[in-house]
Amino acid sequence: MPMTVTEIRQGLASGQFSSVEITRDYLQRIAQHNPVLNCFISVTEDIALQQAEAADALLAQGNPGLLTGVPLAHKDLFCTDGVKTSCGSRMLDNFIAPYDATVVECIRDAGAVMLGKTNMDEFAMGSSNENSWYGSVANPWNTAYVPGGSSGGSAAAVAAGLAPAATGTDTGGSIRQPAALCGVTGIKPTYGRVSRYGMIAFGSSLDQGGPFARSAADCALLLQAMSGFDARDSTSSDTPVDDYSARLEQGIEGFKIGLPKEFFAEGLDSRLARVIETAIDELRKQGAEICDISLPNTALSIPTYYVVAMAECSSNLSRFDGVRFGHRCDEPVDLEDLYKRSRGEGFGAEVKRRILIGTYALSAGYYDAYYLKAQQLRRMIKNDFQTAFDSVDLILGPTTPEVAFKIGAKTDDPVSMYLQDIYTISLNLAGLPGLSLPVGFVDGLPVGMQLIGNYFDEARLLQVAHRYQQVSDWHLQTPEAYS
Amino acid sequence: MTLKSDDVRSIAHLARLHIEEEAVDHYVDDLSSILALVEQMNQVDSQGVEPLSNPLDATQRLRDDKVTEENQRDKFQQIAPDVAEGLYRVPRVIE
Repeated sequence: MPMTVTEIRQGLASGQFSSVEITRDYLQRIAQHNPVLNCFISVTEDIALQQAEAADALLAQGNPGLLTGVPLAHKDLFCTDGVKTSCGSRMLDNFIAPYDATVVECIRDAGAVMLGKTNMDEFAMGSSNENSWYGSVANPWNTAYVPGGSSGGSAAAVAAGLAPAATGTDTGGSIRQPAALCGVTGIKPTYGRVSRYGMIAFGSSLDQGGPFARSAADCALLLQAMSGFDARDSTSSDTPVDDYSARLEQGIEGFKIGLPKEFFAEGLDSRLARVIETAIDELRKQGAEICDISLPNTALSIPTYYVVAMAECSSNLSRFDGVRFGHRCDEPVDLEDLYKRSRGEGFGAEVKRRILIGTYALSAGYYDAYYLKAQQLRRMIKNDFQTAFDSVDLILGPTTPEVAFKIGAKTDDPVSMYLQDIYTISLNLAGLPGLSLPVGFVDGLPVGMQLIGNYFDEARLLQVAHRYQQVSDWHLQTPEAYS
Repeated sequence: MTLKSDDVRSIAHLARLHIEEEAVDHYVDDLSSILALVEQMNQVDSQGVEPLSNPLDATQRLRDDKVTEENQRDKFQQIAPDVAEGLYRVPRVIE
């Protein structure tokens, strides 16, 4: 069975195996399974073995860091100095990043070994990983199904044990939704908790990085390494970072957990609802107090989100112009032709749709009706959560309305794809932290449960998820082909 | 809101994005259905609500106006499509 980060740390510390040995094991698993799963865009074997050797030297000195010698993978959206950073796009197929993202730097400073860069929906726009220039990723639980998106490669890699942990980013659910569909644990922290420097921007007021792993305890370790103030990110928070591992073992007696009635309404697969209810019963047994709450503007979060995200995307993606880096068309006749064809050839269909809608929403005469209106609704959505947190410690619901769907099932209908994000996007609008953990199966496909916390209360989410994982084994299950 | 093909062409021009002529109708349908979704926003009266641009209501942090980055022009231009003498080359703009 694939190991957790916690087990790898113990194995390295006790000398049961070296970092080079375990790194070679993972590289071998990637070579064996990636042709089917397509989780990785780049495998950085040379860098991995070099970093593993350095980690072994450090371990021999008996002074390891938080993640010394632990192999992991980065979503191909984080810039990695000297390594291709494609963002899943033809636009950046030739882009060798000239610097490291802060997250990459933090994880490396903690001693981790980089196995490679994972597949994703182009520029993080998608909920199925089908929008990648490098092809779809297969869900390890059933390879005819999507792994979710946009961080589908990271989630599938962890689920199949091709990496014990991986980084991801979440603009509207891109960590939590694939974590749910692949049966792994993933956390999107509070906006501003993890630096966005070197994270290729999609919706700058929504984007947040975070980890995927096989347990909440592992996520605590990774999030610890990733979090903190960064002067290079203008919206980074200087709120002190909690010790996430320290609180894991404390009980959850007396925690007040609110169930938003809008998250259990029409649109939720009833079989999935029953799985979530069983998990809620377990938390009740562990001493949590469960109560009903309301987030009345939930249905509005989808239109609001798509206006904000598309407007910000059209603005952010204007930097890809074929002049300074990235794809350039052949033989442009003039500068306008260079811009238009480089962008037309470099971007895929979903990215083009979003740039067009965003451009329209921000164009003269429409700004107030779309962007300004969306920002007003955004405050109303945030206020709903604020009101709820006056009476509860955390909020709980399903991560997604249904389990994984078949590859190709929703590709012709962008709007039905957007509806997959109904339970996840309101957190990005409000800037709140959310965690998804596996709590069972429907039709042999994993079900994710979402825990939503107040600002900077990631420690509590990890604590509740950890308690649940102490009394359940859903998070330890692995698809048969990869166990 | 239903878009027309000329709307799509003009938005694509504003975005400096080439789209194939035969794909225009497809974009008309896709974008119109997305706009129909977006227009659900109008069901709610938000008059007087202050717009939220940063989820934490944070304002931009300021710093001293000092140079903090070193010049890495050569490194950055290694990945450029076309450079000469430290400059990025594009088709002639001024005749």
